[in-house]
Amino acid sequence: MQTLFSNADTNEKENLENVMVAIRNLNHFYGEGALKKQILFDINLTLNKGEVVILKGPSGSGKTTLLTLMGALRSAQSGSLQVFGKEMMGAKKRELVKIRRFIGYIFQAHNLLECLTARQNVQMSIELHPEYSTSQAKERAIAMLNAVGLGDHLDYYPHNLSGGQKQRVAIARALVSHPKMILADEPTASLDSKSGHDVVDIMQRLAKEQGSTILIVTHDNRILDVADRIIELEDGYLI
Amino acid sequence: MKIPLSWLQLTHEKMRLAVAIAGIAFADILMFMQLGFKNALFDSSVRLHKSLQGDIFILHSQTDSLVGGKSFSSRRLYEVMGVEGVKNVSPIYINVTDWKNPITKGNRRIFVVGVNPVTNLFTLPGMEETLPLIKQPDVVLFDERSRGEFGPIKQDFEAGKVVKTEVANRQITVGGLFSLGASFGADGTVVTSDLNFFRIFPTRTKGLIDVGVIQLEPNANLDVTLKKIKDKLSSKDIQIFTKEGLIEHEKSYWQKRTTIGFVFGLGTVMGFVVGTIIVYQILYTDVVDHLPEYATLKAMGYGDNYLLMVVFQEALLLAVIGFIPSLGFSLFFYANTAKATGLPIIMTVTRAIMILLLTMLMCTLSGAIAVGKLRSADPADIF
Repeated sequence: MQTLFSNADTNEKENLENVMVAIRNLNHFYGEGALKKQILFDINLTLNKGEVVILKGPSGSGKTTLLTLMGALRSAQSGSLQVFGKEMMGAKKRELVKIRRFIGYIFQAHNLLECLTARQNVQMSIELHPEYSTSQAKERAIAMLNAVGLGDHLDYYPHNLSGGQKQRVAIARALVSHPKMILADEPTASLDSKSGHDVVDIMQRLAKEQGSTILIVTHDNRILDVADRIIELEDGYLI
Repeated sequence: MKIPLSWLQLTHEKMRLAVAIAGIAFADILMFMQLGFKNALFDSSVRLHKSLQGDIFILHSQTDSLVGGKSFSSRRLYEVMGVEGVKNVSPIYINVTDWKNPITKGNRRIFVVGVNPVTNLFTLPGMEETLPLIKQPDVVLFDERSRGEFGPIKQDFEAGKVVKTEVANRQITVGGLFSLGASFGADGTVVTSDLNFFRIFPTRTKGLIDVGVIQLEPNANLDVTLKKIKDKLSSKDIQIFTKEGLIEHEKSYWQKRTTIGFVFGLGTVMGFVVGTIIVYQILYTDVVDHLPEYATLKAMGYGDNYLLMVVFQEALLLAVIGFIPSLGFSLFFYANTAKATGLPIIMTVTRAIMILLLTMLMCTLSGAIAVGKLRSADPADIF
């Protein structure tokens, strides 16, 4: 009896460590008073470690809102939202900022810093983790750019890179500090189908190597094949 | 070393950086020139005072400036002779009168100083050698750096001509030159003997002097002797100064009685305001242009403090790199202004440091206004 009980306990613990994001009865609103509009309705969702999940849905269905909530870019309003086991409901701004350091973001627009080279852009992400020395940070940035196939473009400014190359730098930046989770918002929207698929392939391959969870928000049907699981959002409801 | 984002951000757009540096340098040069002029004008008014070889000075109690002071009895000065530590006393007679330009015959106000030709009271270049010449009747020494309106005195004299003209309608001869420089109160200066002084100004008498110069024994203590002299001449009709005190007394007259301090002070403030606005414009545009990038940094986990630091570092970097060319330009302008106007306009370390600090304050202030915009770098909005 006792053995059974402790077994169940271990299972639960393993289970907890496996869960990256746990969302229970999450609602979200924009605006105040009469203009208050509900965007997300009663969302329940769990993302597990190492999973590649695609979130699709028409524009205005609340995809981005859900993504920014999971990414600790917005404060949760009601329900429960746990990221890496930490409750985000009512979390302080400082805690939100801290959580962000363990999440890699890939934006629709690459959002690289124009004044920094590809290598420096990637390095900016590692510098948030003081355990790496500058030379280590540099090495890792170079290694990561090699991994995304840009080893010969280290000292290029974003201005001189193609759309696909910029997005690959953005992926390197998101992955270089081994985040627990990657959030990508329409990463292929501004790319042609070939480079779009290359970018997603690289992202998936590297994230698998690192064991990171990936959530891709997209309505690009060409990349659905990389997903372990596809979820759909419509008018604020998960279907 | 971490990636110096502020530096890279600043230097990435060369054109904008150049405009920013030009703007800050302009503001700095403006401030340098205004403060330079102000101090030069005040300094020019005490050049004669600074050249006086004396330790303690006596003026009439109502004398605010050597230009247009009151005379006092020479007996007051000679009373000092008995005080221990006093080596020598010398009277100086001063009057302002007309000098006739020998070429144009136009009159111009000139500062006439009468001294005993035996003791040289001035550490002015040319004075030591030429002083004995004024023992001759109606011979004066002319300040070669007087303004040009007095005529080509220096040129004619150096060409070997005999320069004769009228001072207060009395014919005099220029016997030699010395070098002092024009000031507020005096466009030009001549020095002559006390006897010649009374010849030029027959209404003045020997018993009424304008400045009493007291030289002390080399081993005498200035403060102690000053106290003794003050005790001895305890009457209210005169005031007693050390050399620094005399200089301050004259400066404070020009500071209080004229609008110079105000005018040039206002000019300096305007330079500061212009600079603040320029730097603010540059930093604000910089922040606005980089909002998506800053928002990205926030999304990555950089805090507000990091971004604030970036903006303030940019501000301080701008201050320093804008200051350097302004210092060079100001030195150049100072040299040229000094040449053109004869004003003693010089760069002091104190002023350079003060302007550097003002520039930093100016840039920090602009930065502080510009960072208000940083709050709109909301990472949730860039998705």
